[in-house]
Formats: sequence, C-alpha cells, structure tokens
Amino acid sequence: MALRQCAIYGKGGIGKSTTTQNLVAGLAELGKKVMIVGCDPKADSTRLILHAKAQTTIMHLAAEAGSVEDLELEDVLKVGFGDIKCVESGGPEPGVGCAGRGVITAINFLEEEGAYEDDLDFVFYDVLGDVVCGGFAMPIRENKAQEIYIVCSGEMMAMYAANNISKGIVKYANSGSVRLAGLICNSRNTDREDELIEALAAKLGTRMIHFVPRDNVVQHAEIRRMTVIEYDPKAKQAQEYRDLAQKIIDNDRFVIPEPISMDDLEDLLMEFGIMEVEDESIVGKAADSAVA
Amino acid sequence: MSEMTKEQTEALIQEVLEVYPEKAQKERAKHLTVNDQSVEKSSKCITSNRKSLPGVMTIRGCAYAGSKGVVWGPVKDMVHVSHGPVGCGQYSRAGRRNYYVGNTGVDTFGTMNFTSDFQEKDIVFGGDKKLAKIVDEIDMLFPLAKGISIQSECPIGLIGDDIEAVAKTKSKETGKTIVPVRCEGFRGVSQSLGHHIANDAIRDWVIDPATGKEFASTEYDVTIIGDYNIGGDAWASRILLEEMGLRVIAQWSGDGTLAEMENTPKAKLNLLHCYRSMNYISRYMEEKFGVPWMEYNFFGPTKIEESLRAIAAQFDDKIKEGAERVIEKYKPQWQAVVDKYRPRLEGKRVMLYVGGLRPRHIIGAYEDLGMEVVGTGYEFAHNDDYDRTINEMGNATLIYDDVTGYEFEEFVKRVKPDLIGSGIKEKYIFQKMGIPFRQMHSWDYSGPYHGYDGFAIFARDMDMTLNNPCWDSMTPPWKKLGEETAIAAE
Repeated sequence: MALRQCAIYGKGGIGKSTTTQNLVAGLAELGKKVMIVGCDPKADSTRLILHAKAQTTIMHLAAEAGSVEDLELEDVLKVGFGDIKCVESGGPEPGVGCAGRGVITAINFLEEEGAYEDDLDFVFYDVLGDVVCGGFAMPIRENKAQEIYIVCSGEMMAMYAANNISKGIVKYANSGSVRLAGLICNSRNTDREDELIEALAAKLGTRMIHFVPRDNVVQHAEIRRMTVIEYDPKAKQAQEYRDLAQKIIDNDRFVIPEPISMDDLEDLLMEFGIMEVEDESIVGKAADSAVA
Repeated sequence: MSEMTKEQTEALIQEVLEVYPEKAQKERAKHLTVNDQSVEKSSKCITSNRKSLPGVMTIRGCAYAGSKGVVWGPVKDMVHVSHGPVGCGQYSRAGRRNYYVGNTGVDTFGTMNFTSDFQEKDIVFGGDKKLAKIVDEIDMLFPLAKGISIQSECPIGLIGDDIEAVAKTKSKETGKTIVPVRCEGFRGVSQSLGHHIANDAIRDWVIDPATGKEFASTEYDVTIIGDYNIGGDAWASRILLEEMGLRVIAQWSGDGTLAEMENTPKAKLNLLHCYRSMNYISRYMEEKFGVPWMEYNFFGPTKIEESLRAIAAQFDDKIKEGAERVIEKYKPQWQAVVDKYRPRLEGKRVMLYVGGLRPRHIIGAYEDLGMEVVGTGYEFAHNDDYDRTINEMGNATLIYDDVTGYEFEEFVKRVKPDLIGSGIKEKYIFQKMGIPFRQMHSWDYSGPYHGYDGFAIFARDMDMTLNNPCWDSMTPPWKKLGEETAIAAE
C-alpha cells in the first residue's frame, strides 16, 4: 500500500489532536503503520500516544544543537502505543519568533532525513487551529498531505472555519494534488448536528465521513494521557474511533472543495435555526437610539 | 549635439515612454519632466516618493540602507549591529567611504561589520535573547564603544522581535546608550523612509534622554548636519567654518560621535547640507529647543561664497568679517583651479543621477568650470527636493525621478552628454557606451569634493575622466581604417 499523507485541520479547540490520536490508535489496531507529525508550537499532538506531557520537539532540539542540520531522525522520532511514530515540529512561545517557519523547517527536515521512506501506511499532520500564515499551510503544499480532513461541529464558528479552510485547499488544489477528503463531526451536542454537517459537507462537495458523539470517557482517558482505544478498548467510544479509522482506510472520495459564500453559509445556519434571521433595520444602531 | 528645445525634450520623454505598457507609461510619465523655471511648485510637473514599478530596473535602496548605511553607520564611536541574517550587514560594510579618525576596533568601529547572523532557530524562536547576548559581548570586548544601535533587517519586522525591550534592559545594565531602529528594508518605497526612521530614533533615544546634560556653550557654536564625510568632505567644510570664527560642536554623522549628537541642541545654528536625510531632526531641534537651521552648499566657489555669507549673516560682525577674510584667502587658490581646468572643460555637458542633495548641489561646481548640467534626477527625493532643484537647472533640461535603467540609457543616447555622474551600478554600462563617467556617491574613491580644497580635487577628477585619452580609442583600429579608406575612396 502506498503511503497516504493526511492533514487534520479545524477551528482551534475543536478537538483535532484528540480526534487524530484516537483515530490513529484505531488505525494502528487495524495493523496500519502510522506516523503523527504535530504542527503546533504547543506540541500536544502526541501526548496520548506517548503518555508524555509534551514530546521534545524538532525545533527545540535544533535550537539546542545549533541548527536543524545537526539533528538525526532518531533524536526527534519517538514510538508509542501501537508502534505509532511521533514527531512534534515545535516552535516559540506565544508572542515571539515565527511559529510558521518552525513548521516549514521541521517538515523539510523530516523529508530530507527520509522519515517517510519506511514502510509507512499513513502520515497524519495535526495542524494548529487557525491557519495564520504560509507556514501552517505547509502540510497541504507540494508533495505533502494529499487528503485533508476537517474536524468541525454544529457550532457556527466551527463551520465558518471549515469553509475558510476549504478556501485554502482550493488555492493549493489547483496547483497540486491536495484534496478535501471529508468532514469529521466532533459532536458538541447541538441540535440536528449530524444533519447540519451533512448539509454543509454536501454544499462543499464532500461528505461527513463520521459523526463522533460526545462521551466523557474521552476526558477520562485524556487525564491518563491515553487514547480511549488504549484506556478502555471495550468502550462504545472506542468503537466509534475504530469506525472512523476504517472509513478513512476505505475512503476514496477526494474532491476539490467548492467553498460557499458568506451569505450561503448564513442561510444554511438560519435554516437550521443556529442563526436568527437578520433584522437589517437595527444594524449599527446604539442602545440609546430609541426606535422611532 | 546642440541645445534641446522644450518641445524636443518633451518629444524625447514621449518617445522613451512609448515602449512601456499603458499602465506603466501613465505612471512613469508623472516622474519625467522638462524643467521650467517659471513653475513655482514642483508638484505641478513631477511626482516623487512613490513605489517603483515591478519589472523596471530601479536604482533605489531600502529603509535599512537609509538608516544603517547613511544616517547611523558613520557614527564612529558606536557599534551598529545589523540585526538579522548576515548579508545586509556584510554587503553594506565600509562601502560608503565615511572617513573617520580613530583606532578601528578600539575606540571607533566604522569599517567593521557587527551582525546577529540569524539562523533558522532565531527566526523560529525570536532573536531577542541572542541580541541581548551580543550586547553583553560588545560591552565586554569593546569597552570603549560609547553605545550600540540595533539596525533591523527585514525578518525582525516579520517575527516581531522586541528590540525596544532589549535596548531598555541592556541600557540600564551597561549604562550605555542603546538605540533600537525599526528600519526593516520592506518599509516605505526607498531608503528615504530609513532616513526618517533613523532621525526619529536619534530623537527618541539620543537627543531627548540627553536633555539637560551640561555643556559649556559659546556664542559661535554651530553644527554640520547631513555631511557624511565621504572622502573627507566634512573636514574640508569644517575648516572653513572654523576659519571664519565659528566653533563646530558636532558633525552629523560623518566622523561624528554620540557625544556630538547629544550636544547638538546646544548649538546656536544647525547647518544642514543633506536636507533629504536630516531635515527631520533639524526641524525637531528647532521646535523643541529653538535651534534654527539653514541649508548651505559647499560645492564649488560660487556656492561656497554664497553659503559662507548667508551663514555669517546669522552672526555678528566678527563672523561676517571672518567670512570675507576666508573668501579672500581662498580666492587665489580656486581661481588657479578654474584657470587651469576651465579651458579644458568649458562647454561640456553633464547628466547626473544621484541621491539626496547632489543632483542639485553639484550643479554650481560644474558651472564654475564652465560646464552645464543638462539632466538631473534623484533616486529617493520628495517634492521639496524638486522645489529646490527647478531654479538650479536651466530651462528645457531633463528631470527624472527614480529613473529606470532603460530610461536613463535612452536619455543618454539621445542627449549625448560629455560626462555622466551617477553610481557604481550605472558606471560600467555608460563607460562601455563610450561615455566618460564619475561615481558621484563615492567620488570614485577620490575626494573630498566639499569646500575649496574639495573643489580642486573635483576639477582635477572631472578633467582626468573627461579628457582621458582612452575615449579616443573607443573605435577599434580596423574600423577606423575602414572609415579612412571609405573617405579616401570618395
């Protein structure tokens, strides 16, 4: 099987890292050889696999050694649950330096060192929530991830983000092989959430690949720095992640998304009652300007 | 080629513009004009200080060049750190010929390159810690350095290094002046914004903190501002001011020091040579400390005499007499220069394209030698520069702003000047076209050109270049032979 490179995007705090690690654990259980590349200065993309607080990152090691050229692959690559290989790009504290450049440097290093040449089945890039600059688009640029999964929920901002990320994919899809592979709904228990995300997916030209229900067992596992699959393999939620993993293995619907306009998105939200119909007459009116 | 009329010059501009695409044509047309002394405001005929068009070969520099290269670099007893990757600092090292007196590496640092030499990790994690370490190392290795300036290269603005915080902390620790300068190269349209940013940094981090420092003033204290001492220019200017009885308490920034900058608000009068790069700080000192400023021109005896008298007019009779004495003293010296060189240079036509003040200030020096400037232009001028240029140039001469490589070549082909004065990037193109050329940024490794002493060197250099026998050898012998044969056959 050829190596499949996947990137996980989505609004900040939506549960990308948790979803990624649980589904990767599911893939490992199914016998797949997987690597996770954390592309976030917070470096929390591999903790559930490694049972660690935060993995020592490529950029941190490079800074200590002098430059990234001084590092070897085994310095940065850690192996955790299910023989999953883990690396974290790392980056600066908030407010200093350039985190985007850190991602670029780290991914280039992995390629040059041949990190992807072993008989891997999947690489997953877990990318910082809001794509703020070119550096965080690195995983979807030339010859990196071909499949993008967007984690979202029925909340308005999560859907805005999904649509914006689709715009980013279109930009690179036209010049390369990157495609949208589906939406993963990480439920927030909002009303008619599954229908709403399916409707959004249809509008974007893709599909909701799986609906992951909300379950406290995920938090219980996280406190122990474990995935649900490892912590409680019999839990119902573990099966949900296995299903998601199987669907990703079977997935062959890779599309160039058709992002929708702001108006269309708002219409959709209104249709599902997430957003009130706008009253144009009150726009820009302060509280004390009494209605005549 | 004989004099061009206004119509001919206008037609020439049109013809040169024709090759451009429509949008570029429209834009470039605003930057090219035929001089007309009856125009009072240059804004009526020329646009300046605009972004250069992509695709043209502009001759401009960047904001970092304006700050590090021009304003700060020559301050000799400070260390100027090029903060960012190594190239900006290394390729701007010691290239501008700002002469200074001192022991390089001990108490002066003008020709050295200090850089934070950014690596990937510095971009990713920020360079402020490295900068703090560099300041400590400079303090240890060069204890006689009076201060440090931090010259920002492009990446600093992108990654948002807090160089102000480092400057404040380290200044407290070391007790030295440390000046952060936000002169990232991508800011603005040319080096001009770098001058302004550098001036503002001097205001905020040098002049203001030094207010109230003790200084024993005299009635005759003046400063030289905007003279970068290229080839010793400021020295040749300073002696004239001193001989007329004035005391020069500061030179900005050629052969200048931090203490001189701090003392400048104590002067009775600030004398401004390069208006473009240092008018900002001069205006500030006028507003805040009530120090008046005036422009002057020390190129060629006519302008020097005018300037000496105008400066003296700001002082008492003692200085006025001093000015007359200086003028008398040097008359035989410059007259001998004119007598020797004018016959060899009379009637020669010159085209200039330079930077801050020279496109207008040197015109008088050429005219003293019987030469005429038929085209001039600035890399990074604003319209107040062109306002000052209109009356210096003859009617129907060419004026070009931020000229492109193509335009300059075409103008030269048509105007056929006897001499071109511009920079190193232009030099070899025109020399290969067979036209005598002088570098008017660096004085072609000669100088000084300011003052009476400078005028003698200026005249010699122009003659040496223009009347060099090599220009008679531009046509290879076989072609010459062919011509003669052809003529004989007729």
